[in-house]
Amino acid sequence: MPEKLTSRNLLNQLQTRHYTNAYAAKMKGQLVGWATSIFPQEFCETMGLTVVYPENHAAAVAAKRGALPLLEQAESEGYSVDLCSYARINLAYMKSQAAEIPIPLPDFILCCNNICNTLIKWYENIAAELNIPMILIDVPYNHGYEPTPAAIDYIKSEFGECIRQLEKITGQQFNQERFQEVMILSNENSRAWKRALDLNQAVPAPLNGFELFNYMSQMVCARGRQETGELLKLLIEELEEKIRLGKSCYEDGEKCRVMWDGIACWPHIKHNFKAFEKNGINIVCSSYPEAWVLLYEPGNLDELAKVYSMIGNNTCMEYQADKREREVKNFKLDGILFHVNRSCKVMDFMQYEQQRLVAARTDVSIMNFDGDQADPRNFAAAQFETRLEALMEIVAHNKSAKKSKEVTNNDPA
Amino acid sequence: MTQLKDLLSVLENVANNPAQVINKCLEEKRLMIGCAPEYCPEEIVYAAGMLPVGLWGGSTSIKNANLYFPAFACSLVQTTLELGMRGVYDRLAGIIVPAHCDHLKCFGQDWKVAVPQVRFIPLAHPINRKLEAAVEYLKSEYFRIKSVLEEIGGKPISDQALSEAIEIYNDHRKTLREFTTIARDYCTTITPSLRHNVIKSGYFMDKLEHTQLVNSLIRELKKAPPEEWQGKKVILTGIMAEPNEILDMFEDYGLAVAADDLAQESRQFRTDVPQGKDPLEGLARYWSCMEGCSLLYDPQKNRRFMLKTMAEESRADGVVACIMKFCEMEEFDYPIYKKTLEEAKIPLLYLELDLVTPSLEQVRTRIQSFAEMISRKR
Repeated sequence: MPEKLTSRNLLNQLQTRHYTNAYAAKMKGQLVGWATSIFPQEFCETMGLTVVYPENHAAAVAAKRGALPLLEQAESEGYSVDLCSYARINLAYMKSQAAEIPIPLPDFILCCNNICNTLIKWYENIAAELNIPMILIDVPYNHGYEPTPAAIDYIKSEFGECIRQLEKITGQQFNQERFQEVMILSNENSRAWKRALDLNQAVPAPLNGFELFNYMSQMVCARGRQETGELLKLLIEELEEKIRLGKSCYEDGEKCRVMWDGIACWPHIKHNFKAFEKNGINIVCSSYPEAWVLLYEPGNLDELAKVYSMIGNNTCMEYQADKREREVKNFKLDGILFHVNRSCKVMDFMQYEQQRLVAARTDVSIMNFDGDQADPRNFAAAQFETRLEALMEIVAHNKSAKKSKEVTNNDPA
Repeated sequence: MTQLKDLLSVLENVANNPAQVINKCLEEKRLMIGCAPEYCPEEIVYAAGMLPVGLWGGSTSIKNANLYFPAFACSLVQTTLELGMRGVYDRLAGIIVPAHCDHLKCFGQDWKVAVPQVRFIPLAHPINRKLEAAVEYLKSEYFRIKSVLEEIGGKPISDQALSEAIEIYNDHRKTLREFTTIARDYCTTITPSLRHNVIKSGYFMDKLEHTQLVNSLIRELKKAPPEEWQGKKVILTGIMAEPNEILDMFEDYGLAVAADDLAQESRQFRTDVPQGKDPLEGLARYWSCMEGCSLLYDPQKNRRFMLKTMAEESRADGVVACIMKFCEMEEFDYPIYKKTLEEAKIPLLYLELDLVTPSLEQVRTRIQSFAEMISRKR
């Protein structure tokens, strides 16, 4: 009897297929694109284009401990060690193609700066070095709570320009009907992804949050595709079953519910996981995977522009604090662990104030640690473990203080 | 000669002591608006009758700004926030902060909280700046800034005032272009440090007055024949060539500035604002016309060719990359133009600069070695 297909197995199959299909397409002489992780994929999906995601690839390279030679290669070419490690890995890979998981070189690149402006500089260099076309969808930084009407008009005009450029690159016409189908499918997948993430609000949480980072890859690479819907359906079924049985992801239950704020430390992810497990900490949510919940009314381009513009990193201080406050409440968090990620300046440089704001608004315990998304040199295991222990102590202290406060409040005397 | 010395001394004094100018402004009851790096629509501030003041950080240690920034933020944002938190900018009626890079995006948001006494006026430029829709969008941003300034100043800003401000600024740009061209023929008198201060003083003065002074300086310089220069000439590229001490080091080792490609200097004045019926549209279109800066979207990386041409046309002996530590925008461009300059056999020096903890002796050694290397070349 064949073994039952788990969502984890299906995810692995889909991810392997994603990379092998991209290579096969290149071999057949088809065009291949590289895109930033939250580029409006609706446009390339409509055109049926093969697209791979360098950020996803760099993370996979780093998780397989293959980052260092590429980082050193980039530095020898003049790239500063202070630059984003994903960018350094990718720019080196572009020259040497030396990685355990290969991806084909691009014929065109798609960039949206809703995560950071670093992406623009990185992609400019790819375009210049390979002499290939670059399509940019710029979403102006939201210094107000949401995009201005003028910003929406500008982004929509860029959508039109993106379609024109894609038609020119491929020699094919953009099909509006197919576009509508892709938007519907993308929304269904986003809703399912949100549902899967929200299921972790259950106590105990059914899924170890680190797994979310793995499933997230599918949302990055194929959120406009049917197979992603199938994967998420399976995942949701598994999670609902676990909740029904009251199962935690840890054998002895979860002692502490924590949000991981920022990108994973891919080169040290196994270590991080073990350290959490040892302390009984469950990472029940993260600010990162939720970025791929992109919901809008299919066909409404104003909403499409707005949703791609309002990715966490592209929003103002108040918006980010409101979002974190909601997460603390919805996920019943005991703590937040902030990753001071050496690579990701836009996440780091508002983080200290975010910590103060969230601490003032909620009773959540906060701790941070120094690390990097893909450069293994910018992380110290000892510091990480000490910080986790400290977080546990603060959480325990806050919990007992809260308990005694409740007792006092309930005291009829 | 005395006249020349006096003029240089006035401009140098302004560059080194902006507080004096600011005090004068306060006496005249003229409002001042801070303009954070790198590209602010100063013309709108000027048209409001206010004085735009350039805020480009300064050499200082960090005691407060580390509440907001980890150590790996660029020192331009760190020191500007530090000075703001110490109350140095309390006399300003507001500060315009463009969101050119990730550091500046966060700097603006942090400023709002850390320096609430100086009103934060945000600005987000469109990066896809060649599209017509970008002009429309930027015009809307400028319109909002204009409304804020009208509210602060308590009076409307007319189109006529805007057009006049654009004219005054374009005239200022033309004058500074002329100065930088002339300066390369008078390298003994116009040392790297003086050249920098002549330009920098413009950030703290009324542009009309600054234009007059620089024009007088040009006239005085021209009275003498071009000076023979025995040393070498270089091009400076990057955001800015500070801390000040490094320019003195150039002088110490016989290096003059042939031309610059610095955001604090020539990038501000090498292009004019297009004139037209709608002054705000002209200002917005200016952003689409500029080229060759790490903050301007450039998928062909034309900056590398501009630098090569600049080095050849100004007959410079080398290029110095003044890289503000942690400035990603410049750090990404560097490997690209490095390759182009190497192929053209133009010597290139990478200087990592930091306003917070400058390792000046290391910089000195690098400048000295570079000067020796290019001297041997001929």
